[in-house]
Amino acid sequence: MATAFKQIEDEAIEMARSVAYSMPIEDIDMTDSARFVDNTHWAFFERLRKEAPVHYCANGRFGPFWSVTRYKDIMAVDTNHAVFSSEAHLGGITAKDQEDDFILPMFIAMDQPKHDVQRKAVSPIVAPANLAVLEVLIRERAQKIFDNLPINEPFDWVDRVSIELTTQMLATLFDFPWEDRRKLTYWSDVTTIDVSAPDAKMTRDEQRAILIECLTYFTGLWNARVNAAPAGDLISMMAHNPSMRDMQPMEYLGNLLLLIVGGNDTTRNSITGGLLFLNENPGEYQKLRDNPALIESMVPEIVRYQTPLAHMRRTALQDTILGGQHIKKGDRVVMWYVSGNRDETEIENADAFIIDRARPRQHLSFGFGIHRCVGNRLAEMQLKIVWEEILKRWPMIEVIEPPVRVKSAFVKGYERMMVRIPG
Amino acid sequence: MPRVTFIEPNGTEHPVEIANGYSVMEGALNNSIRGIDGDCGGNCACGTCHVYVAAEWRERTGRQSEMEHDMLEFAEGVREDSRLCCQIEMSDTLDGLVVHIADSQH
Repeated sequence: MATAFKQIEDEAIEMARSVAYSMPIEDIDMTDSARFVDNTHWAFFERLRKEAPVHYCANGRFGPFWSVTRYKDIMAVDTNHAVFSSEAHLGGITAKDQEDDFILPMFIAMDQPKHDVQRKAVSPIVAPANLAVLEVLIRERAQKIFDNLPINEPFDWVDRVSIELTTQMLATLFDFPWEDRRKLTYWSDVTTIDVSAPDAKMTRDEQRAILIECLTYFTGLWNARVNAAPAGDLISMMAHNPSMRDMQPMEYLGNLLLLIVGGNDTTRNSITGGLLFLNENPGEYQKLRDNPALIESMVPEIVRYQTPLAHMRRTALQDTILGGQHIKKGDRVVMWYVSGNRDETEIENADAFIIDRARPRQHLSFGFGIHRCVGNRLAEMQLKIVWEEILKRWPMIEVIEPPVRVKSAFVKGYERMMVRIPG
Repeated sequence: MPRVTFIEPNGTEHPVEIANGYSVMEGALNNSIRGIDGDCGGNCACGTCHVYVAAEWRERTGRQSEMEHDMLEFAEGVREDSRLCCQIEMSDTLDGLVVHIADSQH
């Protein structure tokens, strides 16, 4: 069954290939989310890597922008934070600009030095000592989730496993009221909805109203924590940190949404993606069953192959040359991690999912430089535990329908994936 | 070939040879030294090859660059003798170098 739908997807990908190679290259707009919902972006990126690795699109969905698609060029942009800014007021870190009348400052969308002090305020939550504590908790929860899954009956893996596990984790990091934890999932999803899309699920005003509800809820938690003794959760850490305790409401909301999306969407979609890739590659699934120790190298391979965030964006602070192209001060530069992670000149057999690669950690999914993912080790730990606990229980979990993908050129993920555990 | 000894946090020593021109991080990866990840491949961009260099070697290994300093800002257990060992290039003058591997790499 799994291989049957892979064939259908493969055919769609091949059809897209002829479009990708026949259209005028200047018309290629990779910010078009339609290419992501139907998983047909691959050939377009392949062509850009070959023919125009630093590519200008004058009529992008969110305005003119540069696409950077090769591994090495992405590394060059990501590590040059003096030239390529993340600043929210210049547009921030996604291809779509932050909106002038609703700017959400957050440390990922700040430059030095403010970025550094705010990042350091929250990073102890993922320090080694705390990870060891979280590991015990994550395992207990994963076991409970898995022990309650139905056998021989179709169910949605995204909802029952990926969302549930990552939302529980997030609730713990915030010390968030347990019974309300699905609010976190909801706010995470609302944050990344592209309300400017013609078929958007909600209007801009509705989106803003929901995010203000999120702020109101969290302000209640802040007020309680700021008046209590410092504790180990993220809200208390911010409330008691000199560099964050005087944040304005929108900056508090910005940082919350950063932590919510960063700690939720990304791992969620890697948990789903891993199961999909093993179904699409039965030989790799067999390798894993034969040798569960391969989980260690499979986890970074899942993160590479999924690339949960398709891109990050920067804004040029000065004129510069990249890959022979003249980038002007103020230009929008989009680093397509999803493309760099399939760059054959840097990663051997890059289009294949191989769970025992020699250097699996060599991938762009976490970004590089000062904005590199702060939660990368926590994400890897969650994935490791998920697969250890799955292999203890079942030799096979079958994906029984093509997954429903998120319509976004930023969050590369899944809304639904129906599976069945054979009993 | 010049020799480097990596010492794990638990005290286990790993003497290896690293050819001139290679970084200490590459030497660690080629010899499967546990605790050195080198995720970024030597671009000074991830902070996963964090080591401590003993005082007597610091003149010869050189000092942190600005980028290296920025990356170490976010590493765990940073000290005055912290270095990212992808930024230390092997040469005959470093024959006998001893580096201590940091507790964990982010």
